[in-house]
Amino acid sequence: MSDPSSTEPGTTGHEWDGIQEWNKPIPRWWLWIFYATIVFAGVWVLLYPAIPGIRGATPGLLGYSSRANVRAEIAAVEAGREQAVKGMMDIPINDLPNHPQLMQAAVAGGQSAFKIYCVQCHGTGAAGSKGYPNLNDDDWLWGGDMESIHTTIQHGIRQPDDDDTRISAMPAFGRDGILKPAEVDAVVEYVVQISGQKANPALAAKGGVIFQQQCVACHGIDGKGLREFGAPNLTDGIWLYGGSRADIRHTVWNAHAGVMPAWKTHLSEETIRKLTAYVHSLGGGE
Amino acid sequence: MNVLFQTGAYLLAAFMALFMIATATTWPFAAHGVVILAAAAIAAVYTVGGARFTPNGSWILPDHPEDRYKDDVIRAGVIATSFWGVVGLLVGVVVAAQLSFPLLNLDTEFTTFGRLRPLHTSAVIFAFGGNALIATSFWVVQRTCRARLAFGNLAWFVFWGYQLFIVLAATGYVFGITQSREYAEPEWYVDLWLTVVWVAYLAVFLGTLVKRREPHIYVANWFYLAFIVTIAMLHIVNNLAVPAGFSAKSYSLFSGVQDALTQWWYGHNAVGFFLTAGFLGMMYYFVPKQANRPVYSYRLSIVHFWSLIFLYIWAGPHHLHFTALPDWAQTLGMVFSVMLWMPSWGGMINGLMTLDNVWDKIRTDPIIRMFVASLAFYGMSTFEGPVMSIRAVNSLSHYTDWTIGHVHSGALGWNGMITFACLYFLTPRLWKRERLYSLRMINWHFWLAMAGIVLYASSMWVAGIMQGLMWREFNAEGYLVYGFSEVVAAMHPYYVIRLLGGLLYFGGSLVMVYNLWRTIRGDVRAEAPLVDSSGKSAERPLPQPAAAE
Repeated sequence: MSDPSSTEPGTTGHEWDGIQEWNKPIPRWWLWIFYATIVFAGVWVLLYPAIPGIRGATPGLLGYSSRANVRAEIAAVEAGREQAVKGMMDIPINDLPNHPQLMQAAVAGGQSAFKIYCVQCHGTGAAGSKGYPNLNDDDWLWGGDMESIHTTIQHGIRQPDDDDTRISAMPAFGRDGILKPAEVDAVVEYVVQISGQKANPALAAKGGVIFQQQCVACHGIDGKGLREFGAPNLTDGIWLYGGSRADIRHTVWNAHAGVMPAWKTHLSEETIRKLTAYVHSLGGGE
Repeated sequence: MNVLFQTGAYLLAAFMALFMIATATTWPFAAHGVVILAAAAIAAVYTVGGARFTPNGSWILPDHPEDRYKDDVIRAGVIATSFWGVVGLLVGVVVAAQLSFPLLNLDTEFTTFGRLRPLHTSAVIFAFGGNALIATSFWVVQRTCRARLAFGNLAWFVFWGYQLFIVLAATGYVFGITQSREYAEPEWYVDLWLTVVWVAYLAVFLGTLVKRREPHIYVANWFYLAFIVTIAMLHIVNNLAVPAGFSAKSYSLFSGVQDALTQWWYGHNAVGFFLTAGFLGMMYYFVPKQANRPVYSYRLSIVHFWSLIFLYIWAGPHHLHFTALPDWAQTLGMVFSVMLWMPSWGGMINGLMTLDNVWDKIRTDPIIRMFVASLAFYGMSTFEGPVMSIRAVNSLSHYTDWTIGHVHSGALGWNGMITFACLYFLTPRLWKRERLYSLRMINWHFWLAMAGIVLYASSMWVAGIMQGLMWREFNAEGYLVYGFSEVVAAMHPYYVIRLLGGLLYFGGSLVMVYNLWRTIRGDVRAEAPLVDSSGKSAERPLPQPAAAE
């Protein structure tokens, strides 16, 4: 241990394993800041609820209360929202787009609700993913006008406990043996052809015959789908479960039956109307 | 201690473990029975095998009293600290990767983030930090008291008992045994075991202080003792619980907001007394020792010790701002945290100013550089802490990754760096080597760790503040602008940067382990010596035998 030189203050005189301690004063700035924080603490204790007693704590001079503050903030925001959509519930849902200001407020509210309840399946941009429809395009399974969207949100899709739910059922043509594998291949080739992709014309022609027998009831003679059955348009190149030959074959073989909750059991009518407005506003609204 | 008595205790533990296995209704509890049985059996066999008859006829485990200090247990502690450090940091890298790429949860319950995250926190705090504290406290208390550790081989019981606690805790997390208390996840039987080990630790430490051959107790020992005593109190109160039968499940004595406050009283003081007071004990010995200078101010050490100890214990409620906790408790938690600023900084000042007149050592001595970096991070995070405790700041920072950045600048910067520096100090002395295998590799370790911390802390600060701002952003119509998933998506690049920082820090620890291992083997790396600015060698070989004696 280097001995303290004469220019330095002395040590306390103890030594442990060669370690000594200077007998230096506490730095003034340290002490004054420490005092300042103590004063700050004292003032804060006077201003805010702080000292507990038997019947509750001191309220503090500012009358601060985190609960009262948050209640007031929420009440103010809610009052503003209420004002913005005032009258929305009194008009038919189809009429809403004719009231631009109301519609704008409803869309804003719907966007917020969408980000809580809908993004899990439809994605934050409502672009969907395999098995979950894209809501930005104009390809609608169950209709894209305000009323249709409203009904879909209210009653959901394939909800057993809801009498008005959207329901459709495509047969599993391959799995259930309705068509032979060769017939499935043919009809798949036909769907590949009418969707505008490169196909084997001979096989597609064979498939076209089967399509006319088995598929037109729902998908229509031209394959453009029928909304009353929730049957998708097969010619527009927009696919819920993929448009490759293998994807289409998987769909024809097994069929799909996606579900969506009946939101009227979870959400208020007001929120559902806002969601309707938002989904309608995304680009494909009719 | 009498070997018959000792072996009997181990056999009793083995019997209880058998009882655990036989009556277990869930497989994890039985698996813990197997771990305890194995530990008890190994302990019994080792005790009987190692025991010798003394000339006066008693049957004891020899304690090598011919050595002045009991250093074998510290050697084990250095190895355990290095081992658990690597494990804990590796698990940290894994959980950071899981947050960036959720696929890495691997779709099995054993490897989900929820189970690996407490494995990481416990491994770095209690396994790495705890072993470092126990090992260094045993070194410091012997040297500064000029006394051999009290109660002979009880120190070995503390060491192995603590390792058993770590193994039970770690395996428990992976198996799904948890009481869901932050930093106190192990269930009641593991808590009881830790209590036994901790009381033994207190006995060894206090016993050594009592038989000291110095008139005064050195300041490092105040901090170590405060750490040991307070952790005992925190551990017992926080873990008061009623077991649901003889099983791996219990119910806390507290409920609701009382439980929340108990948990954060514990959680915050785990930081305050484990990661602050204990590590200040390390600082007060190793920094002046390595710098070869007196401690800056004795008076400051007294005032900041007592103010730190008194104020820290009240600061826990700042973790519960804007919750069900009453406003008055939040206010008190906040003002005590603000008052903690200077008492915390007292340790930093005393550490840094000890280098007064020898500042050049920061350039020439890589171990001193690590100490200085650790003190700088200590100062930063103990300033950031009081700032974040202010209610208005907390309303932005709470629940965000800012908090994660804050704790890691403290944990990686302060606790990690000072522990690495102590390991570099201790290893050549404990194994009686002339010098470390390589000083240049300490430089590599230092810069890898620094780069890692900078990436980690800055990415989490940016991410956390962005996250807080996104959560609270309202549009003109009074609706929240961002959905939770959008905020998560926005965090992704920062999570990847954090992962990179963690990898660098982890890489640094591997460099250290290699350096320590070669040092223990007695190798010296052929490398150009470090020089100071005048071109003189900065190498300082240790006098032989070990310098500290």
